[in-house]
Amino acid sequence: MTAPQTIPQGRSGTPPRPSLADRRPMIECRGVQKYFGDYHALRGIDLTIREGEFFSLLGPSGCGKTTLLRTIAGFEDIGSGVVLVDGKDMANVPANVRPTNMVFQSYAIFPHLTVAENVGFGLRRDPRSRAEKAAAVEEALEMVGLRGYGKRAAHALSGGQRQRVALARALILKPKVLLLDEPLSALDRKMREQMQVELIKLQRQVGITFVLVTHDQEEALVMSDRIAVMFEGQIAQLDGPEALYARPASRRVADFIGVMNFMPARILGETAEHVTVAVPGFGTVEIPARNVSRADPGDPGPSIGFRPEAATLLAANAEATGRVNGGVIDEVVYYGDMTYYDVIMDGSDAYDGIPHEVRISMRNVFGREVPDVGTRVRVSWSPGSLVLFR
Amino acid sequence: MRRFQGSGLRVYAVLYLAFLYAPIALLPIFAFNNATVIAFPLQGFTTEWFGQMVQNAALRQALLNSLIIAVSASVLATCLGIFAARASTRFRFPGRGPIMGLIMLPLVLPEIIVAMSLLVVLLAAGLSLSILTVILGHTLICMPYAIAILSTAFSSLDRSLEEAAYDLGETKWSAFRLVILPLVMPGIISALLMSFTISLDEFIIAFFLAGNQPTLPTYIFSQLRFPKSIPMIMALGTVLVVMSIALVTLAEYFRRRGVARTGQTDSGGFL
Repeated sequence: MTAPQTIPQGRSGTPPRPSLADRRPMIECRGVQKYFGDYHALRGIDLTIREGEFFSLLGPSGCGKTTLLRTIAGFEDIGSGVVLVDGKDMANVPANVRPTNMVFQSYAIFPHLTVAENVGFGLRRDPRSRAEKAAAVEEALEMVGLRGYGKRAAHALSGGQRQRVALARALILKPKVLLLDEPLSALDRKMREQMQVELIKLQRQVGITFVLVTHDQEEALVMSDRIAVMFEGQIAQLDGPEALYARPASRRVADFIGVMNFMPARILGETAEHVTVAVPGFGTVEIPARNVSRADPGDPGPSIGFRPEAATLLAANAEATGRVNGGVIDEVVYYGDMTYYDVIMDGSDAYDGIPHEVRISMRNVFGREVPDVGTRVRVSWSPGSLVLFR
Repeated sequence: MRRFQGSGLRVYAVLYLAFLYAPIALLPIFAFNNATVIAFPLQGFTTEWFGQMVQNAALRQALLNSLIIAVSASVLATCLGIFAARASTRFRFPGRGPIMGLIMLPLVLPEIIVAMSLLVVLLAAGLSLSILTVILGHTLICMPYAIAILSTAFSSLDRSLEEAAYDLGETKWSAFRLVILPLVMPGIISALLMSFTISLDEFIIAFFLAGNQPTLPTYIFSQLRFPKSIPMIMALGTVLVVMSIALVTLAEYFRRRGVARTGQTDSGGFL
């Protein structure tokens, strides 16, 4: 990959918060490149993060998301390109004077200091009086729900508490941007879900721009206003969570975010409004033009994709609303509140002789029996929920 | 462990410890024995040898020389060790492996070779032999020990700690002083004490490079020719043993306190 590709940006048309587009840009990256020796870590990053936005950099490990965050923070020098924070070029501004603060993956709590000393660490050069600083520390601790913890030894805290101390320590300096490097990855699932909600609330309360690095797509979808999906040092798609989930820009993005069924497709015709394709097991479908995305190099050919919840299993006597095709349940994965059914569609082996399974999720209704493996079912779906990758 | 009970291992352990410590236990016994000959049966209790030791001007001078050398060499070796250990754990630079290898080499090099080559070089350079030359030699042999201890201390630190301090507005130097230094302090104290003990009882380099300024070990060696001063040497040995035990206990106390204060898991240490 040498030529910088155009990044599909804001394909949904409507930004997640109506006011977001009017806000002033807080972080601007223009053609940012970064090499580590021969390794090309960032391959031309262009993005604008707006004031007060909760922005996520999402991607698998090694995609350059942490490098980009550390470049914004000032821990990595900018190879080539420009990074602006609040309109100022950061080229010769070291990390200790940038208006950004960071929450580290390991939290980096100073183990030899108390909680209050940790939180007040950044105030050392602050000209305020000792009493005023103590009040500021107490206020910051209260904000993260650790009121009265000031005198405790930092090393005796639990993971969740460390996380809060790290947040308070960064936010006490009232930075323009808070950078979070996989802040929740060390917590257990329950704690992580709780902290996700708390982080959203905290961000709304302080109104500071948050930039989160994560490899957890669910975390990014839950928390972010907008998400940049990164692969191999490039942004593959930059969009709001809903647009990202419903209309992924490429098959690779679709595969990375959530569960996506892929079926081989044959293109029959094309107009300005839609593309007509034949899909084994589903028949001839007209895909709306807005649902047409690009395939990635190495894909076997055109394919259609749909999310497990975009199709429904019909009860034998139920009335169909969209289009209906028949199939046989091949596997049942029961999750308590919902069930995944892997269904082999009738005639899905028409193209390559391989019967293709699709995964369909259904919310379980109390008292209704979960159909067994081998049951013949009818699958109801609508052409509007299909995405074509070509 | 139960399986080993009743086997010969227990006897072996007792014999092993006796072999190690019985000779040292003889020191205080003969230091208080009222006889010039080192032999059983014991003659009676006396503190005469301790009195002789305190009044001996040559011994006091040797002790002073040794202390000056040990303090200087341990401080020098530890300071240089901090630079080397930090460089090797924090930065990647060309030739890092070979450089660290060469610095650690005196650890396995026969001391007599180091002593001889230093003597030749120093004389060729026109330096006269004195305490100063011994300090240089001892710094050289203490450095690998200091670096080994300090590297462990530095490498167990999370690199984000330093970045966090820097991110919170400190300079690179103040981040080091406020965060790194306090956290590696137990390692620095260990390195100082280790170097101090190595220098204090080092004989070969001191013997080659001291000129006419004897250190404690070279003084003791020179006194062994005179049978009548042997009981005094026994008294001196007793004092040194007591001091060593006190020193090691102190070092271990500080190390454990450091471990407890920063909430690290105790990985052993020297005791």
